[in-house]
Formats: sequence, structure tokens, C-alpha cells
Amino acid sequence: MTSDTRRIGVEYITRVEGEGWLKVAIRDGKVSECNFGIFEPPRFFEAFMRGRKFTEAPDITARICGICPVAYQVSSVQAMEMVCGVTIDPVVDELRTLIYCGEWIESHTLHMYLLHAPDFLGYESGIALAADHPDEVGRGLRLKQTGNAIVAALGGREIHPVGLRVGGYHRVPTRNELAPLIPRLEQARDDAIQTVDWVATLPMPEANRDDEYVALAADDHYAIHHGRIRSTRGLDIAVEEWNDHFAEEHVERSTALHSHLKERGMYQVGPTARFNLSEELLRPVALEAAHRNGLTAPCTNPFKSIVVRAVETLHAVDLALDILDRYQRPAHPYVPVTPTAGVGHGASEAPRGLLYHRYEIDSEGRVKTAQIVPPTAQNQASIEADLLHLVERNLELSDADLQHLLEQSIRNYDPCISCSAHFLHVEVDRA
Amino acid sequence: MKPTLAVFKFASCDGCQLSILDAEDHIMSIAGAIDIVEFAEATTRREPPPYTVGLVEGSITTPHDALRIREIREQCQILVTIGACATSGGIQALRNAADVDEFAAQVYASPEYLDVLATSTPISDHVRVDYALYGCPVSIDQLVDLVTALLAGRRPYIPEHSVCIECKQRGSTCLLVAPGIPCLGPVTRAGCGAICPAFGRGCYGCFGPSPHPNVAGLLTAWEAAGADRADLAEALRAFTVGAPEFAEAARDL
Repeated sequence: MTSDTRRIGVEYITRVEGEGWLKVAIRDGKVSECNFGIFEPPRFFEAFMRGRKFTEAPDITARICGICPVAYQVSSVQAMEMVCGVTIDPVVDELRTLIYCGEWIESHTLHMYLLHAPDFLGYESGIALAADHPDEVGRGLRLKQTGNAIVAALGGREIHPVGLRVGGYHRVPTRNELAPLIPRLEQARDDAIQTVDWVATLPMPEANRDDEYVALAADDHYAIHHGRIRSTRGLDIAVEEWNDHFAEEHVERSTALHSHLKERGMYQVGPTARFNLSEELLRPVALEAAHRNGLTAPCTNPFKSIVVRAVETLHAVDLALDILDRYQRPAHPYVPVTPTAGVGHGASEAPRGLLYHRYEIDSEGRVKTAQIVPPTAQNQASIEADLLHLVERNLELSDADLQHLLEQSIRNYDPCISCSAHFLHVEVDRA
Repeated sequence: MKPTLAVFKFASCDGCQLSILDAEDHIMSIAGAIDIVEFAEATTRREPPPYTVGLVEGSITTPHDALRIREIREQCQILVTIGACATSGGIQALRNAADVDEFAAQVYASPEYLDVLATSTPISDHVRVDYALYGCPVSIDQLVDLVTALLAGRRPYIPEHSVCIECKQRGSTCLLVAPGIPCLGPVTRAGCGAICPAFGRGCYGCFGPSPHPNVAGLLTAWEAAGADRADLAEALRAFTVGAPEFAEAARDL
């Protein structure tokens, strides 16, 4: 069958955010080409940020991604605060962790229940899955709503929230305003525990492939928006050293830039990377759920990312409860920030992986240059490597089955293609 | 046969489509009354046209998309644009007043790989649009109302007043009048629930211009709040910079 002329064309890969394609060519039983491309039309954020006020960065860059706007807001405000030499109130900073927990919960739950679980169980969508599994999908929607409720409580709305600003928040809620979240999060903790136990039972293809895993990591907590950039192969740098170690490359097939480590090449970011670097720092309830289901670091099977997402969802729910328990409204929602000429860097862990921002601003607070490195751009090389690995080991599959496996594999990364350009067109060519 | 719903994406952040999935309370009941046959972000299912309702997110920024929207128009009985990108060109319409080649060279090492238009334009510049939902992102309530209205055969309710009315309904203090904080609320279409003023910050206009915005009058209030023409022009050149009322007012300031 290897020398037959066979061709599979799928115009779009569905259930990802944004648009992309995949092309696989097989010659004489060997894979000669395996490319994952992104044709999301470029929007040129880094170009039109130039000349804008530094205070506009969180609202403008949020529009790169409607799925993870909080990640963009946090990375950008932290970069601006670094330039201007500002340290924010620790309680206000915890509220940033809290809104970030909300985003992890809603984004991970959306991906697990509505986009990814249908793959494992052979459904076309979460809506179709709900017809046969109403309790599970109902649980997922309830969990997702709780994540959204956290974002809305701190930011006014679920998508493109308006609460964050350089220096803190525009307004911080009272304890009473946040109180209704507590019973919902208690329910969410049960739902998240059941989610871990459920996704761990999904039929999991074996596809172990060791990779270099990169994430923000700290010594004393499971890092979300503070820490150093570390890898499973010894990288350990401050956020501001990013450009010394990482490079971006523009390839013809993609409107997303491809990132690589200058020293070693491909690497991956995302929940699995965070878990592999900081497993022991998970909240005890989350660590226990991971171990109960046989998930330990290092996790090298990309299909298990759905289990890691469930564990991180539980972590985020438990952490959110802890923050709410301790919360006392700070006297000032923000510290005033005077613009200072210089360069600032911000990094945080978007649900789908490390998001790096770098800005240069002038003494008037106008942006001179902006650099934004989203997670999906960093994962493109690893996504392609996984695809190659899978194709080589599954040549006997029919084109339709192979295509399904490859699409599922791409969804392991929860790729946010809008962020990176930056659906997939799958083409298997066995000419 | 149930009416069919298709969702299409152009240049955008996916946030408005996500609002469809965020309507959790309603999505299952909507899914019962209408058949979602094309929604790439949410389902692998793809059914051939025609479709009863097409929801379009995103703006037109490439030659390919300019052709694709024409095909989609033919396929949909009712075409609805959702969000600031589809209704005004989005924040990426900031390129319209700039040199797109310079923009491309700024971001990409090999701009020759790109095939993009010099402008980001709303869907209505290319095809006839039946209804438009504004906002960056759209309001979930408006989205649910739109779908239920179309199912019931009535017109959807889309506010024609400004954010000021929502501020009053919410009981927020007027930022322009009291603390003197520049705010675009008086010239911005309602729909968000006036959330920014409730957070103590001026509206930044993400729902685009309200009908007949009085920008000249607003300038007086901004000047009293310590801002100038350039500040107001810059504020108008943001999330809905491609909306003619804002683009022209900003040019004339």
C-alpha cells in the first residue's frame, strides 16, 4: 500500500482555535514530509502597538486571543511594571493569580469537555457528546461557568475583561462581592476531582516521545505568573534573558513564527511542561488525584495532556478557594505608575503554555517596540515531531483513521492558532 | 426540518465565537431548536450549504477571504456579523492608515510569504449583511436574543442608545462629570452593561459608535477633564477604528 497513489485531503482541522492545515507525504513506506501550517491571517499586533500608550498594552494585546485574554493582560502589565520599576501590592498580585485561575479553569474545561474528549470517545463535538453523556458534559459546563464567573467577578466580563491595569487593578472587589464564588468553587472542586478520574479512563494511544519541556517555574509554588524560565534539560534563566536563549523563525508555510531554543532546537510548552517541571508543587488534592490515576512526571505521552489539564483545573480551583479564604480588600487597587524609558519583559503561563512579552517604551510611555511570543508558535515544531512519530508508527491505518489520529494529536496541544498568527487542512499524500 | 446555523471565522481573536460556547445555560436548549451544522471551533461536523443563519466573526484582510465571504453570503439565508472585527474591521484595522508592507516587515522576516490586503474591512464592505451585533466581544445576552429572535421570526433587539444610559441604569457615577475621567461612553453604543465606568475607568469604545455620535460635544467634556484633541483622536482610533463615524471624527479632531 505504500507505493499506491493515495491522497487524503481535509480542508480544516476542527475544534482548535484558529485556522491551520497539515500535510503529510508518504513515499515507499517512509514519511518524506510532515508539515503543520497556520494560515490564520496575520493581524500585525507588534507593528501597530508601536506609538501606543504603555497603559493600553493589556487591553490591546488581550485581543490577540479571546480564549486566553487574561494571559495577555498579565504578561503585558508585568512587562510594563518591570520597565517602570513598580512593585504592586501583594494582595492585588494574588487577585491576578485568582483571575488567572479562572482562565485556566474555563479554558482547560472548554478544551477537555467540548473540544478534546469527543476525540477519545468518537464524537464530532461536545454537543454530540452531550446527547449520550449529559452528566459528564453538564459537569464540564458547570465547571467552565465557575471559571468564567471568577474572570467576570474581577474583570467585569468573561472575554476581554476590563479590570487589570498597569500597577494593579482598576478596581478590586470587596470580600462580600467575591463570597458567592466560594460555594461554586466548592462544587467545582468535586467536579474537578471527578473530571480527573473521568479523563484518566479515556482510551489513550501510546505515543511517548521525549521532548524538552519549558515552563515558568518557581521553588515554592506551581508557577503561573512568577518564576524563572526552566526546562527539563537544564535551562534556568530569568525572564529578561529570553532573547539570549530563544529565537523565532519565519517559515513559508505559516503565518505564525516558529520558536526554538538556540542551543538545542525544538521544545514544548503547556500543561505537560508545567507538570513535568513542578509536579511536586501542585496543591495536595491535585497531586493526589494525579497519582491516584497513575500520572507522574515525566509525562511524555502528549495524549495524556488531557489528564494534566484536569489535574491543573483541580489545582486552580483549590488555589482559588485558598486565595478567597485569605482575601482582605487592599486599601488601594493600584499603585500609580510613571513611565520610564527602558525595556521590560513579562512571562506567564497561559492555559496552553508560556507567553512571553517584551516592550521597549520611551520616557513619555509610548511603545517603541513590542515582541510577543505565544505558546502555539513555540509548540509548532513539537506538534510536527509528534505527527511524524505517529505517522511512522501507524502507516497501516486507513487514510481516514490516520487523519483522525493526527487531528487528535494536534488537539493535544490545545493550539490557539489565533494567538500564533497566527482549522486544519490535513493532506496525506501517499503518491 | 430544523433551521440550520453555521459559524464562520475571518481575521479575529475567536472571542465572539467563544461567546457562543459561553452561553452555557442556553447552548443546550439552542442546540435542541437549531441544528449547528458548521462551527469549526466546536465541531468536526461539516454539512454542505444552504444554511438558515450564518454568524460571521472577523474582518476581511486577505484576497482569499474577500472571495470566501461572497460564497458564504450566497449560502446563508440570513447573514449576521458578530463583533467589532466583523462590523468595523477590528483593532487590526489600525493598518488601514499605515503602510501594510512596513507592518509586515516589522513582524515577519520574510513578508513575501504573506498574501494580505492593505486594509482590514468589515463584512458589510463586501456583502449585504442582515443584522449586526457589536462589541469586542459581543454580549452573550444579545447573542442568545438574536438566535431566539430569528427562531421566533421577530427582529432581534440591538440597542441604539449610548453607554451613558446603561451607566444610569447601573447607578454608576458619571466619570466625566464627577471625578473628571475621560470616557467614550457618550459616543459608544450600549451593550456591554457599562462595565468600565463601574470599574472606575473610562469606556474605551469597544462596542463602536452609537448612532449619530456627538464627538465635538464630547471634546468639550474631555478638555474639561484635562485631555486634549489628540487624546480623544487616539482613543477613537482603537478597537473600532474602522467604523466610519470614529475614523472620520478622529481625522477631523
